[in-house]
Amino acid sequence: MISIKELEMKKIKDLENQYPFILSFFENNKLDVSNFKDSTFHDYLNHFTEEEIEEWAIDIPKIKLDLEAYVNQMIQFLGLEKDIVNSITILAGKDKYGKKENFDSLTIKKSEIVSIVGPTGSGKSRLLADIEWAANRDTPTERAILINGESPDYSMRFSTSNKLVAQLSQNMNFIMDLSVKEFLELHARSRMVENEGEVILKILEAANNLAGEKFNLDTPVTGLSGGQSRALMIADTAILSTSPIVLIDEIENAGIDRKRALNLLVNEEKIVLMATHDPNLALMADKRIVIKNGGIYKVIETGLREKEVLKELEKMDKIINSMRTKLRNGQTISSM
Amino acid sequence: MNLVTVSGPPSSGKTSVILKTIEAIKKRQLKVGVVKFDCLYTDDDILYEKAGIPVKKGLSGSLCPDHYFASNIEEVVRWGNKEGLDLLITESAGLCNRCSPYIKGIKSICVIDNLSGINTPKKIGPMLKTADIIVITKGDIVSQAEREVFASRVNSVNPQAVIMGVNGLTGQGAYELSTLIYDKNSKVESVKGKELKFPMPSAMCSYCLGETRIGEEYQMGNVRKMDIGEDND
Repeated sequence: MISIKELEMKKIKDLENQYPFILSFFENNKLDVSNFKDSTFHDYLNHFTEEEIEEWAIDIPKIKLDLEAYVNQMIQFLGLEKDIVNSITILAGKDKYGKKENFDSLTIKKSEIVSIVGPTGSGKSRLLADIEWAANRDTPTERAILINGESPDYSMRFSTSNKLVAQLSQNMNFIMDLSVKEFLELHARSRMVENEGEVILKILEAANNLAGEKFNLDTPVTGLSGGQSRALMIADTAILSTSPIVLIDEIENAGIDRKRALNLLVNEEKIVLMATHDPNLALMADKRIVIKNGGIYKVIETGLREKEVLKELEKMDKIINSMRTKLRNGQTISSM
Repeated sequence: MNLVTVSGPPSSGKTSVILKTIEAIKKRQLKVGVVKFDCLYTDDDILYEKAGIPVKKGLSGSLCPDHYFASNIEEVVRWGNKEGLDLLITESAGLCNRCSPYIKGIKSICVIDNLSGINTPKKIGPMLKTADIIVITKGDIVSQAEREVFASRVNSVNPQAVIMGVNGLTGQGAYELSTLIYDKNSKVESVKGKELKFPMPSAMCSYCLGETRIGEEYQMGNVRKMDIGEDND
């Protein structure tokens, strides 16, 4: 661990060379160091007048502690051989009546898809929250979550850069007024990826592979259709998010190839959990968890018979999709 | 009694987060009360009452809301102790981005939302930078990428804080937050003599004192002029 005593005696230009991420600390804390590259950080902080300190609410002792915390977090984050999550295990707790859940343990491996079904309010959100928090018999359900078969390091509960779960839902929108390219750059930088340009092209290609209608890097994200937005969110989450578990809350069947979307996530070695009541999606999963009264009531493996039904469903899906394309192109529909 | 101060920009979801968190705390048989500070209007006290939570509200009216907080917090703490609360939560809106109602040694929570824009962490001063816990709301309606970028920016302005997402509608994350805010070993009998984490801006000009006319001859006290690149005289 590097101490502030050491950091503040370095020249700003050396700090920037040694710790490139420090630029975003300076920028977000509005520390304009442009004329102080040859000064030490200590001298830079000392140049502020009493008035400036009061005017701009500058808290020098706090900035020092913050810088120390930030630099050490980032060093740790960058140096960390990402702990690879190969599996998660849910150990049974109890339902809302205090009854033990109807299973003992359930292990989900990477590249596996598990759907979650059950009426609204049955406890789906709680299950997802238990996974995200890596519950340790310390949540209302008293479930425990193991990672790679072991109790995880609970400090990751509070890490902003090592979240276990990424979420995708039907209600999510882009709110930033940026082009697809700018948007992906911003995300890539916050993740500090090295080959930014390559990653961005990879995401665009993957997204266009899922979307019914193609878009390009200059399209504003707020101008994307529902299907295109979904496609971009899924491709971006699959490729750029570090979270090993992806949680999906329904994917509407419009303007996006859902089967390919799931395949993309699986190919990127994510663990996919999907809350859905759409038979097409639910049966694509390897297993499904049935939730009742706040607890897991059943774990069902998708059987051979169900996989056959899925094939029929996919045919129906294709018919509907081709009709949609015809309508879009101004054709008439004459038969099934 | 434990004391926790919650603040955050208007409409960021403070009340929803507090209500969901109290639901989780009450299951542990703890008595929780709330004091709501606002400026001109609030009916959030009715929401708290409906949930069976003892509540007081204070409207600062023509005074600066955070100054009003600082001049009332001592009495508020006395009230909480008299009510026999295990936990008192104060809620106040950060209205000018420059103030913060946090007290040294008292747990402070800042609530901000994902919809407020990517530069918000830069714009908010001590209210965000000196908080112990930062709660980010409305994560269910923006993309995963935006959540990640927003959280990393918040982290860069306050790397020492615990940063967590809470959904004020479904309550996702509220249970987890509830485990962080009550500490059975903490006892606040009084806040007399304690200090604010950060001084409030000193503003005393003629408009503070009720002046309404525009023009240089009416401006007295702390007056500052914008630099708009022309000669000001």
